[in-house]
Amino acid sequence: MSALLEVRNVSRHFGGLKAIAECDFSVTEGHAHGIIGPNGAGKTTLFNLITGIYKPTAGEIVFAGERLDGLRPSRIALKGIGRTFQNIRLFKQLTVLENVRIAYDSQLRYSPLEALLTLPRMGRNEAESIAKSSALLEAFGLGALSDSLAGDLPYGLQRKLEIARAIALKPRLLLLDEPAAGLNSGETAALTEFLRWVRTEYKVTLLLIEHHMHLVMGLCDRITVLDFGQKIAEGTPEEIRGNKRVIEAYLGAEEE
Amino acid sequence: MGKVMDFLKKLGENRVILPVLLVVGFILTLAISQFAPLEQGLQSVLRELHLNTYVIALVGINVILCASLNLVNGYMGEFSVGHAGFMSLGAYASSIVTVKLLPDMPDALFFFPVIVGGVVAALAGFLLALLSFKTRGDYLAIITLAFLMIVKSALENIPYVGGPRGMLGIPKLTTLAWAFFWAVVTIWVLRNLLYSKFGRAIAAIREDEIAANSMGVRVREAKILAFSVSAFFAGVAGALFAHLLVFATPATFGIFTSTEILVMVYLGGIGSLAGSIIGAVVYTLLSNWLLPLGTWRMVIMPLILVLLMLFRPKGIMGFRELPWFLPKREARRKDS
Repeated sequence: MSALLEVRNVSRHFGGLKAIAECDFSVTEGHAHGIIGPNGAGKTTLFNLITGIYKPTAGEIVFAGERLDGLRPSRIALKGIGRTFQNIRLFKQLTVLENVRIAYDSQLRYSPLEALLTLPRMGRNEAESIAKSSALLEAFGLGALSDSLAGDLPYGLQRKLEIARAIALKPRLLLLDEPAAGLNSGETAALTEFLRWVRTEYKVTLLLIEHHMHLVMGLCDRITVLDFGQKIAEGTPEEIRGNKRVIEAYLGAEEE
Repeated sequence: MGKVMDFLKKLGENRVILPVLLVVGFILTLAISQFAPLEQGLQSVLRELHLNTYVIALVGINVILCASLNLVNGYMGEFSVGHAGFMSLGAYASSIVTVKLLPDMPDALFFFPVIVGGVVAALAGFLLALLSFKTRGDYLAIITLAFLMIVKSALENIPYVGGPRGMLGIPKLTTLAWAFFWAVVTIWVLRNLLYSKFGRAIAAIREDEIAANSMGVRVREAKILAFSVSAFFAGVAGALFAHLLVFATPATFGIFTSTEILVMVYLGGIGSLAGSIIGAVVYTLLSNWLLPLGTWRMVIMPLILVLLMLFRPKGIMGFRELPWFLPKREARRKDS
């Protein structure tokens, strides 16, 4: 299997701070790839670089053979990269259905003029968008909540809706920024199963940042470990578990 | 009580009443504009209510201004104070057509100069949209203020359009029928836009621009569309206003006019077409009825605004819509 996403020697500096320093790794198509590391290791910065919210100071990001660095976030999203956010960024004052429809809208084909004059093609597209988005919400078990405001949902369901919204983009790669944050261990186990289902059902490659080791070790095919913006280890869950540098990064080195 | 609510619900779901009302309204306003005895009859009725046909036409114009500003300030969540600037561009551009270029134009072709006014304003709106790519919120509000001042001082210094004295001798072409027609067109086009993928994009920008971007929303396209369409209808309203007032001076379209439109928007309710109509109607009638109070009017109107912001900051309708203003597919979905 080939690399779907390649991060080649990417650096990002904020003034004197090297948030990401010569980071280099690739994500294989079909894999679930975990990114772990202590707080402040640069994990979310890496996501923001991949999705175009930040531009790399140096290096290249290649997705399905195309350069992504320098493109606007919306262009990158349309190339097939969906994402969720660490602190949930739903459209809170819009309904659950509208949240999903906004992501699905990229697949609708009609021009501004057709919209302003409500020409037939627009009506057909809109009907399709309502049907497809509703079906997606049903599949995610959120169908009954279609008309609730997204901001009124309980926390766990907001996380779920954020994933549904990203899936509505029909992405090939889904970036999940701490999907289990704030969940207890039972909920985390359910989330692991749920993510497995998402991965097979929607044939999507997963790249996820996570602190819950049960989830990461149980779900991921491969793990990259970051510390102070640098990759310090990479391998299968078993390899990472026994890696001395990883243990040091989390717990600190033993005194000599 | 339950019976009344049921009746109102049925009324709201009825898809026939509104189109019928609109057709009847248009025929009625057209008849009034065409036959002098009808107009005199209407005037005498309105006099009893301390109103006149000028105020009624102004209601229509203010509906256009209020709804179009709501697109940017309510639905998109920016704060534009430049609406009077777009209005003046529309007023001047259309007046150049009717006064200087085509003075012998038949009255029935009045839609043409109005569209010219709208297009000129929309071009300015497009330029402002380009600036909105980089700035947001307070900073963009200041840019719209600067835009308003630039337009005003530019018009004051162009002799071709009369300088500070403005354009005089503009024909009185704005009839009740035209005001009604353009108000309906505005609401219809805005509704079509709002309940399309572009409208959802505009709402997504208001809610969270970063998330919108990451969901593939073409943010720039949506901003261009919002600013251009909003400015287009401000230009249309300006054209109608100039041909109702029969003159246009740079001072007519200052910050006070912008503020008045803002008050209508926040009174009626942000993010609502029904609210825009309510805001424009209530504000226009109220400010007309309070005219005899003289200076006290300037105390009461701001006081209403203060009370509004304290007790109902989103306005009367804030982010709610009458089902009549939803497209069929959305209205049907809601009750199934």
